Amino acid sequence: MSGERTAYLNARLLDPASGLDAPGALLVQDGQIADLGPDLFKDGAPSVGQVVDCEGLCLAPGLVDMRVQLREPGEEHKETIHTAGAAAAAGGVTTMVSLPNTHPVIDDVSVVEFIARRAQEARSVNVRCYGSVTRGLRGEELTEMGLLAEAGAVGFTDGTRAVGSSLVMRRALSYAKGFGLMIIQHPEDPALAGDGAMNEGEIATRLGLSAIPADAEVIMIERDLRLVALTGGRYHAAHVSTGAAIEAIRKAKDLGLNVTCDTAPHYFALNETAVGDYRTFAKVSPPLRSEDDRRTVVDGLADGTIDAIASDHAPHDQDSKRLPFEQAAFGAVGLETLLPLTLELVHNKHLSLLDALGRLSTGPAKLLGLPGGTLKRGAPADLILFDPEKPWLIEEKKLRSKSKNSPYDTRPVQGQVARTVVGGRTIFHA
Amino acid sequence: MSAARKNSEKQESEAVYRFPHKHLLGIEGLTRKAIELILDLSDSYVEQNRRHDKKSDVLRGRTIINLFFENSTRTRTSFELAGKRLGGDVINMSVSTSSIKKGETLIDTSMTLNAMHPDVLCVRHPHSGAVKLLSEKVNCAVINGGDGTHEHPTQALLDAQTIRRHKGPIEGLTVAICGDILHSRVARSNILLLSTMGARVRIVAPPTLMPTAIDRFGVEVFNNLKDGIADCDIVMMLRLQQERMKGMFVPSIREYFHFFGLTREKLAFAKPDALVMHPGPMNRGVEIDSEIADDIDRSLIREQVEMGVAVRMACLDLLTRDRPGNEP
Repeated sequence: MSGERTAYLNARLLDPASGLDAPGALLVQDGQIADLGPDLFKDGAPSVGQVVDCEGLCLAPGLVDMRVQLREPGEEHKETIHTAGAAAAAGGVTTMVSLPNTHPVIDDVSVVEFIARRAQEARSVNVRCYGSVTRGLRGEELTEMGLLAEAGAVGFTDGTRAVGSSLVMRRALSYAKGFGLMIIQHPEDPALAGDGAMNEGEIATRLGLSAIPADAEVIMIERDLRLVALTGGRYHAAHVSTGAAIEAIRKAKDLGLNVTCDTAPHYFALNETAVGDYRTFAKVSPPLRSEDDRRTVVDGLADGTIDAIASDHAPHDQDSKRLPFEQAAFGAVGLETLLPLTLELVHNKHLSLLDALGRLSTGPAKLLGLPGGTLKRGAPADLILFDPEKPWLIEEKKLRSKSKNSPYDTRPVQGQVARTVVGGRTIFHA
Repeated sequence: MSAARKNSEKQESEAVYRFPHKHLLGIEGLTRKAIELILDLSDSYVEQNRRHDKKSDVLRGRTIINLFFENSTRTRTSFELAGKRLGGDVINMSVSTSSIKKGETLIDTSMTLNAMHPDVLCVRHPHSGAVKLLSEKVNCAVINGGDGTHEHPTQALLDAQTIRRHKGPIEGLTVAICGDILHSRVARSNILLLSTMGARVRIVAPPTLMPTAIDRFGVEVFNNLKDGIADCDIVMMLRLQQERMKGMFVPSIREYFHFFGLTREKLAFAKPDALVMHPGPMNRGVEIDSEIADDIDRSLIREQVEMGVAVRMACLDLLTRDRPGNEP
């Protein structure tokens, strides 16, 4: 390994962290970025190692997907670290962070270690994980956060469940603060959401479906913001989807609270009409919202209130989705469609290309304190080479993920990954 | 050949209009013409049902399966009688939720039944959209016998039939639908049907039992029963489920009856010749006073049940007419 060098020539270098957007070259050595810039190798190709001619494609930091449901351990019939890794690589994701809603739950050091070992065996993308806030995701007792963090957990969340109790949330924020770690909330008031299956409104009423009011999100976030003020803890709201919630976070940031948030492509690429005639692939949590809310998510990304975009990858097999809508599982696969759906924001002139890539790489890496997400000397060589214009059609059956529950089947998109590099090693080549 | 069939064939030869749908999954999507076709045919079946010999051979050789994933006595019996009076072979299958929990999914059940070559499946299911899902997996016609809180089209059709026979054309009538609108598939189907036919529809319920954005359905919304039924031609009461009476949606039966139960005193606010309907089964003393329910001059409740059989006969007839048998 030592001394192994790869030169990437004729690239359009894009680094959201530094704002670099220029033609140039990049040199990888020992799994790290050794050098880069417009002037590198200007006088000809380097004499050693491998040379990759990028043919003018974009070379950017690999995506850091901070919200992925791996399903391993426990539900390997839906997804495994291996299959999710293949999907991630094809989608340009070089680091994925697993939610703790596996079986067993990631509430014990042994599970963190298990995932690390399986990821090493898969030799694909970087895999990190969150520990759960509470044991068994039951919302009652705190996990051994310090020990979990030492073992490698990058933050704490109860995954797809909200930490409902104000007292437990207060203690979690307080305690995690001692280790400098973040609590990530699934912001949805559980009592108000009840057994709702889609967004409350005219469509839910027409379909006769139990519904979740949009306010369930902002109610939880506003409560949590008070607790953040009370504890000084580090708080992150996952997959925000409503105008009211984004406005609450915008105000909190203005007041200087240590608060961040992310969203998922569903909330800017789709709205509740995607449910149509009981399409269970459009059943996600939180539910797809109104068109007005969708627009505010786009605005929140454009003005920087929303710090990151995560795929919220939630693989489900046919048996979990081919059911009456209310009985079907929540969630959609997203690793392979994260980049092109985000690039829609660029093509539609809502975000610059650098800003869009920043929300996918630099932003989440910074939030979680991970080393990737930037092109700079000494950073891990986690890279993607992609054509932002290339048109293609999302096709369910061609997805690499073990589960095919994508609400974007047959959607035409632009932007495709040509090569994915993790730690200097090419793991995907179109 | 039955008189009903001859009559309907005569209509067809005069104006070639056939029921344009493979299934009857809801009122949504039905035109006024399609609804009138069902109601006109139902009229002839009312006559058949009142004869000494009630049986015809319209569905001879056809198989109808009543597939009920939710308890029901009257709707299932009504479908069964409808099929038998038309000479079809009718099988009842009650699938308790426990056997679903054993592992067989709705889709497995549909595929299994489909392989037995039925001509019509009449399906009731506790979840909205489930009947549509099932219809996508079978070759035969499917009639929605009620899905979750979504639709119950044959109930709305039999209600319309009952109204028409007493009040003439539905267009221009004012109909108040009162009670638990939120959880009622009957209310949704009736709102759609009555609006399509040109009635003025009012809905009356406490705000906790009113669906979100219901005003978008072109109805007038009332939270007060007296105001809601004022000058109405028809007062349609809905059943309030037991589990919703005890604090989550309304504080108590006593309070609900006081404000939303239909009594003679409150009915006086409607037109003097206003008629009262209820899809059954009734909770006497909850949403309706027995005195009103049993008043033969004002209550159409028993007639609704009678119309139910005729309307379902019409639906079975139309969905099997000119169709080859089920050939998977």
